[in-house]
Amino acid sequence: MRVKSKIADAQQMARSITRLAHEIIEHNKGAANLCLIGIRTRGDFLATRIAEKISEIERVSVPLGSLDITLYRDDVRQKLKLPELKRTEVHFDITDKNVVLVDDVLFTGRTIRSALDALIDIGRPTTIQLAVFVDRGHRELPISADYVGKNQPTAVKESVVVHLAEVDGIDEILLVEEDNEP
Amino acid sequence: MPQGIKDLLGLRDLPKEEIVEILDTGRSFREVLERPIKKVPTLQGTTVVNLFFESSTRTRISFELAERRLSADVVNFAASGSSVSKGETLKDTARNIEAMKTDVVVLRHPSTGAPHFLSRLLKSPVINAGDGINEHPTQGLLDMFTMREKFGELKGLHVCIVGDIQHSRVARSNIFGLKKLGAEVAVCGPKTLIPNYLEQFGVKAFYDIDEAIRWADVLNVLRIQLEREAGGDFPSIREYRLYWGINRSRLERSKKSIVIMHPGPINRGVELDADIADGNTSLILDQVTNGVAIRMAVLFLTGVKSS
Repeated sequence: MRVKSKIADAQQMARSITRLAHEIIEHNKGAANLCLIGIRTRGDFLATRIAEKISEIERVSVPLGSLDITLYRDDVRQKLKLPELKRTEVHFDITDKNVVLVDDVLFTGRTIRSALDALIDIGRPTTIQLAVFVDRGHRELPISADYVGKNQPTAVKESVVVHLAEVDGIDEILLVEEDNEP
Repeated sequence: MPQGIKDLLGLRDLPKEEIVEILDTGRSFREVLERPIKKVPTLQGTTVVNLFFESSTRTRISFELAERRLSADVVNFAASGSSVSKGETLKDTARNIEAMKTDVVVLRHPSTGAPHFLSRLLKSPVINAGDGINEHPTQGLLDMFTMREKFGELKGLHVCIVGDIQHSRVARSNIFGLKKLGAEVAVCGPKTLIPNYLEQFGVKAFYDIDEAIRWADVLNVLRIQLEREAGGDFPSIREYRLYWGINRSRLERSKKSIVIMHPGPINRGVELDADIADGNTSLILDQVTNGVAIRMAVLFLTGVKSS
């Protein structure tokens, strides 16, 4: 994997979080009945940051959960290595709530498709909205994000990597090129 | 990164890392069982055959629920009323079923080694659901899972298995698995039912139940098969109860709280008194719930790999 360029640094990411939080509040006319669910692993840290920002602005606490979509993936049987199975932790009822699903990068849309199935298995939300940090194009399914941190056109063999202080020790978004070896 | 596993034949030959992987994966499935919809689409399109050459209620239902909750297609086979009664061999039965394009085989068989034999024969992963007096790995795993949930970790935990150790595949799977994860394991029961090879596995033997109770954090009480009385392994059921039965007065003599487990079905009032089996230190029903989660984990790790 070769780094081609830095798409965003910590400061730009913090600004995106603030803007996403404002957009979510504006669209939902406040934060009542709102909850955020992040897709593991990086989506849940981003969801936490956005939720903190919303709480700061609206002075209410927003229910926060995380979703593991491994069991819902359509490629789980084609991979040579199994993805590590983590736990879904949604400790509140999502029925009749406005759920904002949060993920780091939107690419083919298959992760989101799996996440929709996983969400619907745990309740019936009023709406499900999608917030992503980077939209890199190349959709394979009719899915689009409601809130986008940054639109980043990419080539298929390129990849967008989001690093977060919580897991990677640094906040940055990189555009990288995949190696040709399998 | 999990690799998935081809077969689950026993805990004796399963590396420690794979045991830990199954136990960790089991926790994710334990969470699935708490959801309003307890079903995930993971094994859609995978066909699992439950080959049961021995009667079983808990294990068979537990496996079937685990399979269905992963959205697998399930075929059940019971030896009675099948071609086996016409004299078909295990080999032919299994190969014929596999020729119908099934993906995973779950086998319970009265002969020790039957699953190992099938695993060499079939392309499908084979999961041992109990073979002869050898092993019952998913029971061992669910017992370990239950203890791990209760105590946080198994290292240093004192587990005493009580009863007919000689004929118990549950005891063997418990011993192999628990030792690998660093628990201290002891057995307790009549001398006639304690095999003499246990020392080489670092397993302590108690012949006095009160001594065992003083030592243990967990008592895993085994079912006494009532037909053993006739076999002369102990004089009578009544005497067994008198010397080895777990009851309140025995437990109260030990000052600490001891966790009670049992793989079922219980002979109430023989190896375990009813008030203890239903008491607040009993994890027996947790074991049953966790059994489904552990079997889902094993099916996930084998089934995903198979297709």
